[in-house]
Amino acid sequence: MFFTSFGKYLLLLKSVFKKPEKASIYWKEIMHEMNSIGVGSLGLIAIISTFIGAVMTMQIAFQLVSDLIPNSIIGQINRDSSILELSPTISALVLAGKVGSSISSQIGSMRVTEQIDALEIMGINAPGYLILPKILAGVTMVPVLVILSIFLALSGGLVGGSLSGAVTASDYIMGITGDFNGYTVAVALVKAFVFGFVITSVAAYHGFYVKGGALEVGQASTQGVVVSCIMILATDYILTALML
Amino acid sequence: MITVQDIYKSFGDNEVLRGISAKFEPGKISLIIGGSGSGKSTLLKCMVGLHEPNKGKVLYQDQDFTRMNFEERIPIRKEIGMLFQNSALFDSMTVEENITFPLQMFSDMSKKERIDRANFCLERVNLEGRNELFPAELSGGMKKRVGIARAIAMTPKYLFCDEPNSGLDPRTSIVIDELIQDITEEYNTTTVVVTHDMNSVMGIGQYILFLYQGEKRWEGSNKEIAHTDVEELNDFVFASPFMKIAKEKF
Ligand SMILES: Nc1ncnc2c1ncn2[C@@H]1O[C@H](COP(=O)(O)OP(=O)(O)O)[C@@H](O)[C@H]1O
Ligand SMILES: [Mg+2]
Repeated sequence: MFFTSFGKYLLLLKSVFKKPEKASIYWKEIMHEMNSIGVGSLGLIAIISTFIGAVMTMQIAFQLVSDLIPNSIIGQINRDSSILELSPTISALVLAGKVGSSISSQIGSMRVTEQIDALEIMGINAPGYLILPKILAGVTMVPVLVILSIFLALSGGLVGGSLSGAVTASDYIMGITGDFNGYTVAVALVKAFVFGFVITSVAAYHGFYVKGGALEVGQASTQGVVVSCIMILATDYILTALML
Repeated sequence: MITVQDIYKSFGDNEVLRGISAKFEPGKISLIIGGSGSGKSTLLKCMVGLHEPNKGKVLYQDQDFTRMNFEERIPIRKEIGMLFQNSALFDSMTVEENITFPLQMFSDMSKKERIDRANFCLERVNLEGRNELFPAELSGGMKKRVGIARAIAMTPKYLFCDEPNSGLDPRTSIVIDELIQDITEEYNTTTVVVTHDMNSVMGIGQYILFLYQGEKRWEGSNKEIAHTDVEELNDFVFASPFMKIAKEKF
């Protein structure tokens, strides 16, 4: 069962990456999708990241009750865990729900109303036209959102930490600026790229093969979200093991 | 000319088509009729390559469509126009974009030429000036007409229609039938229409293929259909009391 679905998924990807019929039309679609994935998710990612950064900072301060450790370490821990895990993974899980479900239901409803058949009759490579722009938008915009999320998590930590008195602003800033290893950002970007691919392609796969009607479209999009979340966590584990 | 040779198609254990053969000629409307679930749509989808038959051939002129891959089919696909049962208009696009979409994808027409072509097609289906509407803003009959306009945008040699009259009132149905008939004569298209609408059968059925449980049970013209002694066909055609009365008069 798993292997047949996975095989079908790979075959779908093979047709997605065929040469586009006409670059200009694809380009227009890519711009459109980048806007809907990127700009459309800005607000949500911003709110979540700021709050998680603030809460993490207070929590780290609460757990580090020792005079032997300098308070600046709070900033440093928040920075490294935001970059390495929280920003990429939580953003990806949230986007799997928001972006993923909208991709599956859009493609799924095109399937059940025969719009995909209409594309195929015209001789258009439907997987390419419908899915490629979404995947390309995903692998570019998710990293952008993750970078933004990291900045906001760090700023959230600054504001939340100093407002609550968990850590002074100067200690915190010393922490997030000191001892910085650029490799962690590279890890975050690789994760974001892979998650962007997983979210868009898994959702598209679930939408593309819907059979039935509106009810099945809803079920497929829920299932797509569940599967992408699991795939995100699994690839997160694998990438962390490989890269750190 | 499209030739279908001994087509078999099953979904799992469900044998939907069993050995269908037929010839569809240019400049003529051919109807595929039969009860619900008799395999009409499946036959149409096998002909255009949305389903692959398990056995048998579909020939366009004398090219074997069934054995071609996606790329090899593209030249034939460009000559196919199809009207879907629920119109299948792209709902993220306006009426005009729906019609110009295939032109944009496959032709080198300038934007102005594409819009002129869209206007021409819209006029053809009596929908001039509706360019900027979205499919959600159209009635069922208007959607079908936009579907026809989109299908004829590339001046197809082959026109397929799946239940063009379903969900329409009798008057609108006749308008759609006449439109299909005019287009067929004007462009000499090979037109294949799936229907179970008896008005269409009597009105435009130059060649009729009757399917019964996935088999070809009868073929002929609308002139001959009233005088058939095939029992299943009689039951199908003269199902309603009204048609029974009409039969007496033939
Ligand atoms: N994609 C499909 N998968 C499985 N079964 C199908 C599919 N399409 C059609 N069928 C089955 O084939 C039979 C004929 O369907 P169809 O060709 O749509 O009939 P009609 O158009 O004459 O009403 C039905 O029993 C239907 O359940
Ligand atoms: Mg049907």
